[in-house]
Amino acid sequence: MNRSFRRARHMGVAAAAIILAVATQGRSDQQQGAAPIGDAEAGAAVFAEDCAACHQIGKGATDQVGPQLTGIFDRPAGAIEGFDYSPALQRMGADGLIWRLKTLDAFLANPVAMVSDTAMIFDGIADSPRRQDLLAFLRAHSAQPGDIPESAPTAKAILFELPPETAALVGDPEYGQYLAQECATCHQGDGSAEGIPAITGWPAPDFMAAMHAYKAKLRPHPVMQMMAGRLDDEQIAALAAYYEQIGE
Amino acid sequence: MSWNRRHFLAMTGMATGTALLPAPMVMAQARPRVVVIGGGTGGATVARYLAKDSEGALDVLLIEPTRRYYTCYFSNLYLGGFWDYDALGHGYANLASDNGVNVVHDWAIGVDRDARTVRLGGGGSVGYERLVVAPGIDFVEGSVPGWDVSSQHIMPHAYKAGSQTQLLKAQIEAMPEGGTFAMVAPPNPYRCPPGPYERVSMVAHLLKQSNPTAKILIVDPKESFSKQALFEEGWQKHYSGMITRIGPDFGGNNVEVRPQTMEIVIDGEAEKADVCNVIPAQKAGLIAADAGLTDDTGWAPVTPQDMRSRLDRNVFVLGDSSAQGDMPKSGFSANSQAKVAANVIRADLTGSRAFPARYSNTCWSLIADGDGVKVGASYEPSEDKISSVESFVSKTGEDTDLRRQTYEESIGWYKGITADVFGAPTA
Ligand SMILES: Cc1cc2nc3c(=O)[nH]c(=O)nc-3n(C[C@H](O)[C@H](O)[C@H](O)COP(=O)(O)OP(=O)(O)OC[C@H]3O[C@@H](n4cnc5c(N)ncnc54)[C@H](O)[C@@H]3O)c2cc1C
Ligand code: HEC
Ligand code: HEC
Repeated sequence: MNRSFRRARHMGVAAAAIILAVATQGRSDQQQGAAPIGDAEAGAAVFAEDCAACHQIGKGATDQVGPQLTGIFDRPAGAIEGFDYSPALQRMGADGLIWRLKTLDAFLANPVAMVSDTAMIFDGIADSPRRQDLLAFLRAHSAQPGDIPESAPTAKAILFELPPETAALVGDPEYGQYLAQECATCHQGDGSAEGIPAITGWPAPDFMAAMHAYKAKLRPHPVMQMMAGRLDDEQIAALAAYYEQIGE
Repeated sequence: MSWNRRHFLAMTGMATGTALLPAPMVMAQARPRVVVIGGGTGGATVARYLAKDSEGALDVLLIEPTRRYYTCYFSNLYLGGFWDYDALGHGYANLASDNGVNVVHDWAIGVDRDARTVRLGGGGSVGYERLVVAPGIDFVEGSVPGWDVSSQHIMPHAYKAGSQTQLLKAQIEAMPEGGTFAMVAPPNPYRCPPGPYERVSMVAHLLKQSNPTAKILIVDPKESFSKQALFEEGWQKHYSGMITRIGPDFGGNNVEVRPQTMEIVIDGEAEKADVCNVIPAQKAGLIAADAGLTDDTGWAPVTPQDMRSRLDRNVFVLGDSSAQGDMPKSGFSANSQAKVAANVIRADLTGSRAFPARYSNTCWSLIADGDGVKVGASYEPSEDKISSVESFVSKTGEDTDLRRQTYEESIGWYKGITADVFGAPTA
């Protein structure tokens, strides 16, 4: 069922590129100043267009299809009492995922990069300036925003997307099969999942996005950060190619 | 594959032990043979990967005396009442039928490395192109004065799982009210660094319900131990006042036991115990020493790129028996090392692609119901040893959701690794 979410999503998005936003390490923490990440007013329009069908924000906001988003900055993932989150998002919350500039940006760029089986059926916003405006808007509705670059007047958050060459890499499945031996200790080859998620039969772009999110330490899990941290782009592509083939 | 299956049936059709050797000897010419000594975590993994990935090009013969392997991992959870004894056991049928491994239930009793043969307890011997030695651990005689293997029925080690684990559990359940459970912890290096302390946690959990005034005494020759801060925090939180640990400063390194009187003598002072779990100092499984593969540390040195014995290029040593560097002696490590060795052996003998070694380890421990923690690292071969490159450990003060999730992960890992070692379970 969760997997069919993912499939459905991919049918709709022709040649879905991996968009993984990563705030440049350290930069944001150093910068101090007054300017927001983007244009909050423009962001309000983005919210109305892309989010409002499912989310409310601001005073008196309530949960709809999606949870209310007031105070989303610095909020742990899956924290709204009574909202029926997907198991995947709950898992991320328990792992310690906190919505901050970098993690929100990555989630809004491509939700499955951060939460593979999320129930938020939304393709993401590929356009980085548009996302920054939206983030500025979300931030304006958050009381105690942390990790937000209040940068020099003209500076915007430094965010970048996984280079298209990397996203387009086609992996060598035989190499992937070898590398996957290391994964098999925890992830079962037959796709069964108990305590540890199944990773077979995923579309390669989703798989790569998830692995790059661990590698960039945007996803919080220490085991997977370590596993992904020592894989290079080619190895991640090889694994994606291999896992896409099995468990179909 | 079909050859393997027929061959296996032919072999198992014979009486166990004796007279099963002519068949494999005949085929030795046709396909290079790899003999694996020990069907535990390391040995079963290497046999499975060799047979599966070579698709019949290798004759893989696994020598293991027992018909059912009981994992040490999760045996502490059995002590604590969180896991069934039967669920610790794994048979060899899948390795044989689905993967084409020839499983011989017998002891290896000698290795002639010049002739490249292994002698079997049931008589006869088998030749090999490559030998993998993965016999786990044995105990260093005299390391705990007063204890030897004949005392294990009174003071169990329960550090090889099976009947020893059951005995220990029965003894704990039979403890008198307010009685004492004592553990003599081992010096480094030993299998599963957090194992003794996870065991203490599980024993405490059991006693807290059935015998809440009972006491636990750990006598420990080591200054510090794996995940110490996490365990101590957990013991304080869940079992306050129940557990005392005597480290080397207070005589934990000067211990003798008297099995006949159930006494444990710490720095000259005798204490009575109702259960005494003695975990002696450890060394490589005996056959590794017999085969001349160990050095004066008692462990078998290997090269870090491939787990090949430093003393014989046709031999590989995996798992607890090996001296490889930074990896802890764990089931996870043995499984990880086995895959590296399988890749190298297959490339050696069949010309398949060889990829560079990758090693990793994660060890979970359960402290109390739903309170799981973990430690792990990734490793790379460096010039003279396997070196740790990155590591992580659970933090003290983590919230209960994360701890529960960590525990659930460990169950997922158990299912994953046992399927990876023995082949996916069939009913
Ligand atoms: C209480 C406890 C808890 C543990 N928990 C964990 C954990 O949570 N996670 C983890 O990763 N590890 C854990 N371990 C460690 C793990 O069990 C071992 O590190 C692992 O089993 C080592 O694998 P091995 O292949 O080297 O040896 P083993 O698995 O012990 O296998 C050795 C095999 O060789 C056979 N053998 C021995 N001599 C001969 C011979 N002469 N001929 C033929 N066969 C022979 C034996 O019968 C045995 O089956 C734990 C250990 C203990 C004791
Ligand atoms: C089609 C409906 C839908 C749309 C459109 C949508 N969301 Fe969501 N959103 C959800 C659902 C459902 C969840 C809960 C996801 C889960 O449980 O996996 C969610 C979760 C979230 C979360 C995580 C909240 C938490 O408490 O952890 C954030 C942040 C979020 N959405 C932001 C946005 C933004 C910003 C937009 C517009 C760009 C947007 N969403 C568009 C349905 C939607
Ligand atoms: C030590 C056990 C372990 C090993 C080894 C391991 N993983 Fe994981 N993996 C996990 C756990 C636990 C999770 C859940 C992490 C989380 O909550 O973010 C996970 C999550 C994942 C996810 C995201 C799944 C999802 O639904 O969000 C992917 C993709 C993944 N792993 C791929 C791999 C690959 C590829 C390898 C081998 C290179 C590997 N893993 C090795 C334990 C492991």
